[in-house]
Amino acid sequence: MNGLVLQDFSVARGPCDVLRDIALTVGPGECVGLLGPNGAGKTTLMRGALGLMAHRGMSSLSALPLKTRAKTVAWLPQAREIAWPVTVETLIALGRLPHLAPGASPASEDQAAIDSAIARMGLESFRTRIATQLSGGEQARVLIARALAQSTPLLMVDEPAAGLDPAHQLGLMQVLADEARGGRSVIASMHDLGLAARYCTRLVVLWRGGIAADGRPDEVLTPDLLAEVFQIRAHITTSPDGPIVQPVGVI
Amino acid sequence: MALRRASRTLGAALALWAGAALAGPPERVVSINLCTDQLAMMLAAPGQLISISRISHDPNASVMWDEAQNYPVNYGQGEEVFRLNPDLVLAGTFTSSYTVGLLRRLGVEVAQLPIVNALDAIPDNIREVGRLLGREAEAEALIAQFTADLEFLRADRDRATRAALHYANNYTSGENSLAHEILTAAGFTNIAAEAGLSGGGTLAMERLVMLMPDLVISGQPYPGASRSEDVLRHPAMEALRDRHAAHALSDAEWVCGTPAVLRAIARLAALHEGG
Amino acid sequence: MRVLWITLGALVVVLFAASLLIGPAGLAPLQALSALIRGDALAETLVMREIRLPRAILAVLVGGALGLAGAAMQGYLRNPLAEPGLIGVSGSAALGAVLALQTGFAAMHVLALPFAALAGAVLAVLIILALAGAHGGSITLILAGIAVSALAGALTSLVLNLSPNPFAASEIVFWMMGSLQDRSMTHVWLAAPFIVLGGVVLLAQGRKFDALTLGEDAAASMGVHLGRLRLALVLGVASMVGAATAVAGAIGFVGLVVPHILRPLVGARPSVLLPASALGGAVLVLMADIAVRVILPTRDLKLGVLTAIVGAPLFLHLIYKTRAQA
Repeated sequence: MNGLVLQDFSVARGPCDVLRDIALTVGPGECVGLLGPNGAGKTTLMRGALGLMAHRGMSSLSALPLKTRAKTVAWLPQAREIAWPVTVETLIALGRLPHLAPGASPASEDQAAIDSAIARMGLESFRTRIATQLSGGEQARVLIARALAQSTPLLMVDEPAAGLDPAHQLGLMQVLADEARGGRSVIASMHDLGLAARYCTRLVVLWRGGIAADGRPDEVLTPDLLAEVFQIRAHITTSPDGPIVQPVGVI
Repeated sequence: MALRRASRTLGAALALWAGAALAGPPERVVSINLCTDQLAMMLAAPGQLISISRISHDPNASVMWDEAQNYPVNYGQGEEVFRLNPDLVLAGTFTSSYTVGLLRRLGVEVAQLPIVNALDAIPDNIREVGRLLGREAEAEALIAQFTADLEFLRADRDRATRAALHYANNYTSGENSLAHEILTAAGFTNIAAEAGLSGGGTLAMERLVMLMPDLVISGQPYPGASRSEDVLRHPAMEALRDRHAAHALSDAEWVCGTPAVLRAIARLAALHEGG
Repeated sequence: MRVLWITLGALVVVLFAASLLIGPAGLAPLQALSALIRGDALAETLVMREIRLPRAILAVLVGGALGLAGAAMQGYLRNPLAEPGLIGVSGSAALGAVLALQTGFAAMHVLALPFAALAGAVLAVLIILALAGAHGGSITLILAGIAVSALAGALTSLVLNLSPNPFAASEIVFWMMGSLQDRSMTHVWLAAPFIVLGGVVLLAQGRKFDALTLGEDAAASMGVHLGRLRLALVLGVASMVGAATAVAGAIGFVGLVVPHILRPLVGARPSVLLPASALGGAVLVLMADIAVRVILPTRDLKLGVLTAIVGAPLFLHLIYKTRAQA
């Protein structure tokens, strides 16, 4: 089963529900941008859906056995943790762990997946570099390549564009959009409304424990919603390159 | 300055000692050393010895632990001993110098008896305790008995049987030790000399094994566990005993220079007949 | 990488042989080996089979246990400062062992001693994980380790001082510093099953430690059951360190020095570092145990003295580096 299905999905932190009765279905080919102000529950939704934190209701992912889930969804947490000074290729190869039988060494298809991930993230020249010695932005790309190498039908990434320079932000979003176009499902939480509008096929806005809006970027990013949810004014227009959303002031 | 004070203290101590000697035998004697405990118990007049050290009640260390039950014990602490108001304290040369110094500063007479390293020194020690207690006659009787018994036990042997003394931490005793003299008196040769040890010291277990003694005399294990004593039960030592060597324990009888060593010699000598 | 395995393996073999051939009895090498293998001379065979062989085997087992346990703790906590000795696991194992010995519990059943040491080690690992687990950081880890070590050390001293045995109190230094002098095959049989079992458990977790390189969340999403991994870590480390400490005392810094030296040579991969550290630990403890015999042949110089002389400066260096990064 591809994609993600959430029904009556609630996550509590202490006595209060952070998310309440969420219903969300993400299918193949969709690149979903998960939006919302700080604390709206973007990370909570993804971690809960993955089964990394307790939730009520139904999540198609957390219901899966651990091993199956690891082949179904790749998850890139916001904290870009690389604990040991391993090479970039070694780090990306970690994405193949769910596919390896106990004791088996990586096969040619694993190497192919690793090479492809490296190529898609433009990391060929970094292969033998030590991952912990790279810049923050480079590390972010390496970690995304690891998630790509996992070759799962669903990709969930938490603020992937944070900390990247403009060129790499655009490059990364293009990779995610391409993945979706290739038939995968992508769910990415993000703060940059412009990037979300340009590259996502669908935007879901979380607010006050529920979904405030869900639809095509031009349907979702209306002046009213931006004012109510984000408390900003924005310049919204369309260009030959796609929609442009530029926040211009706080309300 | 310090020297003058020391000489004054010495003078005072001498005066005190002279005074005590003139005043006749001490009436309240406290012993704070295992070995002086035993000599004092053997020689003291009834009521003269008022306290002995705690260790004398321990059957593992004290040959006279049974008789020791008749005496109150002390823990050898200066304040505690002073409170007993003794006119003589018997101590060993290795008794804490702080305790001895404290007692002397408080005006208590402290006699320190040397460690006995030789059988021939035992009579001197008995005589000295007898003199201190004013029990010279009893001391001479004990010495006469001891000397006669020792002469009887000291059989003339070829000393072909080689014995090893093996204590906790692989410690062994060579010449100039009571254990060595007991061993020799019983007609054995101590392998410590072969190992190049003149006095006491550690002898690595593998060197001891290589020397292949005919007899291993092990230290007696204390209650409770210790790694130091693990070597006494080490499989290599067990194997040595099983295949080759007789085995004996060195126990409380080996500790002090008192007539009790005769029993150790007798038991050891009996191994010649048995083996 | 193959060069590394061959080098480590060859070092273990050579040092093991050296450990068998060096000793105060001064046996000629051929004579010694003949006595060991053919058992053809009474005294020489006793020396080789009952004194030197168990010592050499224990050096391999204890060193392997400490190296592997160190690499596993570091892999789990993602912190190069995690070391069984420094964080109080060895000290607590020593406390368990001393309690079993002094209460007479150890005399009641053969397995009582290793189990008591294991229990002590489990307790310490749990405390450390509770205080400095996923989000603890280096400072918390070191502080928690100091507290656990201090308490375990104090209680060990207390128990030994209360012992009726006059030698016990002087053995505080053995339990704190460790020694392999005059151990026997009995000790080998006591420790080996626990060390081997713990080693198998920890080595089987290699890939999970690899996954943890990306953090707990990413590892969990890649199919690592964190609860089970934690359980395997606690039991594996406690079993290895407990058994090693029960027979050899607490030898510090092995689990720090060895993974630190080997990490760059294995490309920093935790799964490869585990077996490499087991071999490296064996090499280090064999070397230390040969050194104590060569430096002070007549005294029982403690192994921990040598490992600390090598390890403590390295520890300071690591703290300095951690500080510079923060």
